[in-house]
Amino acid sequence: MSALILTFATAIFLVIFGYNYLFSRDLVLKCAEESALNLTDSSVNKIETVLTSLEKSCQNLVFLLENTPQTEESIGRILELVVSNNKDIFGSAVAFEPFAFDESRKFFAPYVYVDKGAIKKQYLGNSSYNYFLMDWYQIPKELKKPIWSEPYFDEGGGNIIMATYSAPFYKTEGGEKRFLGIATVDVSLDWLKKMVSEIHMYKTGFGFLLSRNGTVVTHPVESAIMNETIFSVAEARKSTKMREVGRSMINGGRGFIHTESPMIGKAGWLSYAPLPSSGWSLGVFIPEDELTADLYSLNRIVAVLGGSGFIVLLLVIIFISDSITKPLRALSEKTQDIASGNLDADLPAVKYNDEVGRLTRDFTSMREALRTYIAQLTEATAAKERIESELRIARDIQMGTLPKIFPPFPDDQAVDLYAIIEPAREVGGDFYDFFNVDDDHLCFVIGDVSGKGVPASLFMAITKTLIKVTAAPDLPPDEILTRVNNLLAEDNEACMFVTIFLGILDKRTGEIEYANGGHNLPILTPRKGELRFIEKSKGTVVGAMEGTVFQRGTLKLDCDDCLFLYTDGVTEAESAAAKFFSDQRLLDDLHEFQQSTPKEMALGIMEKVKSFTQGAPQSDDITMMILQFTGE
Amino acid sequence: MNTTRRRILAILPLLAVLIGILCAWPGAAAGRDLKKASFLPAWLPQAQFAGYYVAYEKGFYRDHGIDLTIIPGGPSHPSDWYLGQGLTEFAILWLPRGIQMRSSGTPVVNLAQIVQRSGLMLVAKKSSGIKSPEDMNGKKISTWGGGFQIQPNALFKKYGLSVEIIPQSSSVNLFLRGGVDVASAMWYNEYHTILNTGINPDELTTFFFSDFDLNFPEDGIYTLERVYKKDPSLCCAFVRASLEGWRYAFAHSGEAVDILMSYREKMGLPASRVHQEWMLRKIEELIEPNYSKRKIGVLSEADYQRVSASLEKEQMIETTPPFSSFYKSCDADSKK
Repeated sequence: MSALILTFATAIFLVIFGYNYLFSRDLVLKCAEESALNLTDSSVNKIETVLTSLEKSCQNLVFLLENTPQTEESIGRILELVVSNNKDIFGSAVAFEPFAFDESRKFFAPYVYVDKGAIKKQYLGNSSYNYFLMDWYQIPKELKKPIWSEPYFDEGGGNIIMATYSAPFYKTEGGEKRFLGIATVDVSLDWLKKMVSEIHMYKTGFGFLLSRNGTVVTHPVESAIMNETIFSVAEARKSTKMREVGRSMINGGRGFIHTESPMIGKAGWLSYAPLPSSGWSLGVFIPEDELTADLYSLNRIVAVLGGSGFIVLLLVIIFISDSITKPLRALSEKTQDIASGNLDADLPAVKYNDEVGRLTRDFTSMREALRTYIAQLTEATAAKERIESELRIARDIQMGTLPKIFPPFPDDQAVDLYAIIEPAREVGGDFYDFFNVDDDHLCFVIGDVSGKGVPASLFMAITKTLIKVTAAPDLPPDEILTRVNNLLAEDNEACMFVTIFLGILDKRTGEIEYANGGHNLPILTPRKGELRFIEKSKGTVVGAMEGTVFQRGTLKLDCDDCLFLYTDGVTEAESAAAKFFSDQRLLDDLHEFQQSTPKEMALGIMEKVKSFTQGAPQSDDITMMILQFTGE
Repeated sequence: MNTTRRRILAILPLLAVLIGILCAWPGAAAGRDLKKASFLPAWLPQAQFAGYYVAYEKGFYRDHGIDLTIIPGGPSHPSDWYLGQGLTEFAILWLPRGIQMRSSGTPVVNLAQIVQRSGLMLVAKKSSGIKSPEDMNGKKISTWGGGFQIQPNALFKKYGLSVEIIPQSSSVNLFLRGGVDVASAMWYNEYHTILNTGINPDELTTFFFSDFDLNFPEDGIYTLERVYKKDPSLCCAFVRASLEGWRYAFAHSGEAVDILMSYREKMGLPASRVHQEWMLRKIEELIEPNYSKRKIGVLSEADYQRVSASLEKEQMIETTPPFSSFYKSCDADSKK
């Protein structure tokens, strides 16, 4: 969690820092741009003032030449005046076309100039100085307009950079303008160099001047002056950007751009503006590191502040998260202890009434609740076990009441009998019984008490006892059931009932009288012939209501015929797929045992039922009793 | 053992010095009777003449037994005049000028034809609408005087152009300012100067005369016939040392440019290193054009006859001097 908080805090901090940086950078840049452009413009204006005054001088000269008649002397005097009246003018000349001033002179170009403070005069033009081919003469002549020359070194003038302003002058004769020559004014550019070198911005920001051709006129890097153009420098540095900047500069552009000064090898900002008179360009370069020095120190402070704030934040977060997670961790350890079963484990003491405190208290009450619950559960389990053990005993007792010794009458030649009961998990209510009523009559009974558990077993015990007590010689089975029914129904608060099949066999003849109290009909299994359910006799369940009437049925067994009696635990034995064993299946399976003894038949059918249920737990007792008449 | 090794180590420097002396012996021996000679390039020190300045600075002339003086060229030192007056033993002339001089009675001989391909060209700004030779009709075109006009005139004649010729100075400012529409330029010099005033190559239309069947070989080494007759071995030694200088300059262009820059700085000439580098690159292409299978310095008779024919046609010469009398090959390259 603290990592997450820190991540977000870092992100927010970085965003703020970045924004601050960009914003302040823009501010600083804007400021620098403004002051650089101001400086550039003011410098340009200063230079222009001087240059235009020089242009004026030259134009005045042209005016005089065009409008007043001149002699060689007068021209000389005018030139002297021009040179002496303007301290910025280094020299001035009037150069005529061949034979234009004097028909005998090809070259006529008086030139007045300053030499070591003195004004001197000479004539330009001879076979080795053909001024007609000089830029200062040829260009204005061809363009028919005044022009500033490219700067040049004054020959032998001790590294003085010069420039010449030259203007054509004409003679108008008969409405036709005839080109006469060129008037020039030479200017030392030393003052210009000095002025530009005095341009400073920040620590090492500097000014420089480019001529119309891009030639470096002034620059702190002296070796470039007059040797390189901005384009040759760009070529040397393979910088196309520099070349583009140069083109913009010499084409009269102005701007403030980010670039690199190849000559000092630093990135920075360049502000530039043209000199309208000469088409030259003045640039002011500010190294970026100086421009952004303030910005960096500001950002350093912000970064330090932010960084220390960040560390404090980190510590606070660690402290807080620790104070939250420490008790939580302690609590977590303890709850693990509790979870592993140690309910007596001590929970940490509650220090503050905060969320953790409340959680601890909740855990305490949860532990108490668990403890109580477990104690109750233990008690309940013990009680249940006791009851179950008692039930088991009750079951054993109940089962003990059923006759278990077979054959029951080893000496009796007339009857064989076998019974089997497979008790369900719970105490059930199935029972069977048989006893001799007199020497010739055997009473046999099979029943199933409704419901399960102790009540059912008690009811079954009562029923069984009642039947045994009630049965008497010469008392027909329907009568027995009637009496038993009435006795049971008398105080049957629980409204329990039982299904009973009761028969009395005459051991001499094999005749059976029977009555059925709602029980499954037994199956007659003769040695020969079809198996069949015996005929129904009227009667409903026993014990449900007083006065129920039972009908007597009769049946005769031939020798070795069997009567198969069973409870619904057999036909309703359930397979794992929730299917019943069913009457039909029972009937079919009994065919196999038509020739068997009662014991074989009982065990065989039990085997069939078990293979059908596949060991699925049965909810009902499975009870079978087979009676075989062996007399006659 | 230690002492033995130390002795050997002590001897080593001595040995080195001895070997050095032995190696330098022939040169040193020759040094006693070095022949004095002077040489005048056609213009101020620049990479156009790199081979000669490099040969001088590397001592190649000295190695070939010549105590050479290089007369700095320039406007005040026209090489044809100096050579004609016998003021220098060797000079650089363009082939047409050499032929012209011999034809008009100044007995110069060509010792080696260095520049095979013409670097002369016409340049126009595309903005002036000139894209093909025909577009130059009626335009103002500046050309240098003398021998520089032969090729332009032939071109104008070839295309039947009538143009206004303005004499061109040594600067290209008249062209840059728009005073003329077309200017002459040397590929290795003015063309690059124009580029470095901020005009992009794609803003220019260029006409190389070599592309118009007007390839006049340019710089060649010349001397007077009498100098050659008096001491042909001196002449051939000069040519060999010069060619050696050229080969060295091409192989060590940085060093060659350094040498020229120092000459220019000493003379107070505008010294732009990139310009000299450009010039050396371009002059190398002109001296050893890709299409030429010739050795450096050989004048082909075909070139000679073609240029002479043009000169006759232009009436700049009356007769063409015999090739054998004009060209005295030292076959320098094959002996190298």
